[in-house]
Amino acid sequence: MRLQYLAAVLAASVMLPAAHAGATDLEVTHWWTSGGEAAAVKELAKAFDASGNKWIDGAIAGSGGTARPIMISRITGGDPMGATQFNHGRQAQELVQAGLMRDLTDVAKRENWEKIIRPAGLLKSCTIDGKIYCAPVNIHSWQWLWLSNAAFKKAGVDVPKNWNEFVAAGPALQKAGIQPLALGGQPWQANGLFDTLMISLGGKDLYTKVYQDKDKATITGPEVAKIFKAADDARKLSKGTNVQDWNQATNMVITGKAGGQVMGDWAQGEFQLAGQKAGTDYSCLPGLGLNEYLTTGGDAFYFPLLKDPAKAKAQEALASVIVDPKTQVAFNLKKGSLPIRGDVDLGAANDCMKKGLAILDKGSVLTSTDQLLSADTQKQKEDLFSEFFASTSMTPEAAQARFAKIVAAAD
Amino acid sequence: MRSTVPAGRPNRLFRNLNSKIALIPMILTALVVFLGGTVWTVVYSFTRSGLLPRLTFVGLDQYERLWAAPRWIISIQNLAIYGVLSLIFSLVIGFILAALMDQKIRFENTFRTIFLYPFALSFIVTGLVWQWILNPEFGVQSVVRSIGFTNFTFDPLYNSQIVIYGVLIAGLWQGTGLVMCLMLAGLRGIDEDIWKAARVDGIPMWRTYLFIVIPMMRPVFITTLVLIASGIVKVYDLVVAQTSGGPGIASEVPAKYVYDYMFQAQNLGQGFAASTMMLITVAIIVIPWAYLEFGGKKRG
Repeated sequence: MRLQYLAAVLAASVMLPAAHAGATDLEVTHWWTSGGEAAAVKELAKAFDASGNKWIDGAIAGSGGTARPIMISRITGGDPMGATQFNHGRQAQELVQAGLMRDLTDVAKRENWEKIIRPAGLLKSCTIDGKIYCAPVNIHSWQWLWLSNAAFKKAGVDVPKNWNEFVAAGPALQKAGIQPLALGGQPWQANGLFDTLMISLGGKDLYTKVYQDKDKATITGPEVAKIFKAADDARKLSKGTNVQDWNQATNMVITGKAGGQVMGDWAQGEFQLAGQKAGTDYSCLPGLGLNEYLTTGGDAFYFPLLKDPAKAKAQEALASVIVDPKTQVAFNLKKGSLPIRGDVDLGAANDCMKKGLAILDKGSVLTSTDQLLSADTQKQKEDLFSEFFASTSMTPEAAQARFAKIVAAAD
Repeated sequence: MRSTVPAGRPNRLFRNLNSKIALIPMILTALVVFLGGTVWTVVYSFTRSGLLPRLTFVGLDQYERLWAAPRWIISIQNLAIYGVLSLIFSLVIGFILAALMDQKIRFENTFRTIFLYPFALSFIVTGLVWQWILNPEFGVQSVVRSIGFTNFTFDPLYNSQIVIYGVLIAGLWQGTGLVMCLMLAGLRGIDEDIWKAARVDGIPMWRTYLFIVIPMMRPVFITTLVLIASGIVKVYDLVVAQTSGGPGIASEVPAKYVYDYMFQAQNLGQGFAASTMMLITVAIIVIPWAYLEFGGKKRG
């Protein structure tokens, strides 16, 4: 009897998903799990559900480093999801080359993505062999310094206008018992901080020479040595942060326990969620207040090749929902990122987002390191910089020598 | 009429046929999954496989890069420190606990449960618990400071020099209970008469343990050794939960290098090379030992 009962329950549980197959379920995996990010995802899910399909949320906690291996092994292992987030660039390149991802060129042509998506580099990162494989959802730039106005007030110094003033204000902050620079322990944060210093202190030419041309003389030269000196300053200011996740570090800035944080514009979502107002509660310095260039990396959705035609249709629907102007506005306002099209009205944007949009309009954009370097090279850089920022004994010169080796071996 | 079976010994291959047929799935699993997988991994460690396996051979390039990587060197050093110390301490502490437990004490069951309890927790939970205990702002340091010793500093997880010992503490806390139980079972297997004889001869208790009981417990020690050693080589989840390899790369371990390079760096070749090195290390330790243990004498 019990066995029969059990069998009935099992059968019922198998039947259940089939019962409401009217709306196509599409599982979407992503690593947007912090408060501000989750709020933004909800907007995306709402828009997709409105198109008559059903968004099955597959959030994976623990940032991209944890999430990407899970996504990739599901795709290569024959259990693909409906759609998945990646950073545009080279992360999904091999999956596309192996024929595991779906070609979106039809949708892109129909909706004229080529015209509406800006900057053009964004779509180019989605294009492999002339075909479009991803739908960009936002533009994220790394080059921001977030400052707590309250912390500087407590320390009795003016809120800095650029990185140099910030470094100079370090001792005053320390004296007031405030952590000058918050830097989480995850390796990608140290890596991103360094690349930001490279662009914002070194300027556009240095950045392209190092990461695009991989010019050996420049990499071992005095200009890059200066960046490593600045990284050494940052290392001293960040000593004692003792948190892991980026949003915990951002939270230190929000609560005034830390003076500032160098973090991408996704940090903005956290400030917003905490009810803080740009300009009065916190300040932001794009390009660290020195070189106002932004890299246009960001997030994009990739669609694995699926056999089920109903799901394939739902994938198309999701792709066009993502690029849709209404979703773009709703999503990016919550996320703190910039929209991928110039023709949307972001009247509700705050001061910091407006600064970012102005830089975008000026065309002061650069390709991000995720697009220029392979995941392998990025990982080696992460190892180097997480060691550098945690160590007290590693000299900037030694770090530069190792950095040169890594970039020289980059594929 | 009894010679339908040919004279002489029956074919050895068909002896115990039923049990041999029953073993076929396991034999196949061992051959295909373990041996086949190992060979496959070693072969692909000589290739330039990225996100997906690819047969473009590059010779020893992956190994050269591996041994030039500071993170790999640190991983190996950490594994050596963690391995040697956790082997020694878990055996010594486990045995002492078992010997104390063997003194016919009251509430033995309760104590045994308490000591064995950590083993019921996964390494992930263990790592998180000890991350909190060793956290300077919530854990031991803040408790001692709140008592009045305001200069007390104890933050092993945030000090690159000693972080691996912080991991070791958690590992020992989790693993010693099991060692204790195995040892206790071994001690219970020792005949009462031996203790009586030793007492009659006037041998002090510590000498009885050291020179009579421990040599008699050799099989138990070997089982324990194998269990601890295999736990050491594959230590991964404890580090991930407790420190994620930090601060910087100070508490990285080889298994984490393998995972990170295979999946985060999308460089399977590098990960395979690292895992092959792990296999070789284990083989260097296990093969001579197995030879000494099983090879020397004929088994009856």
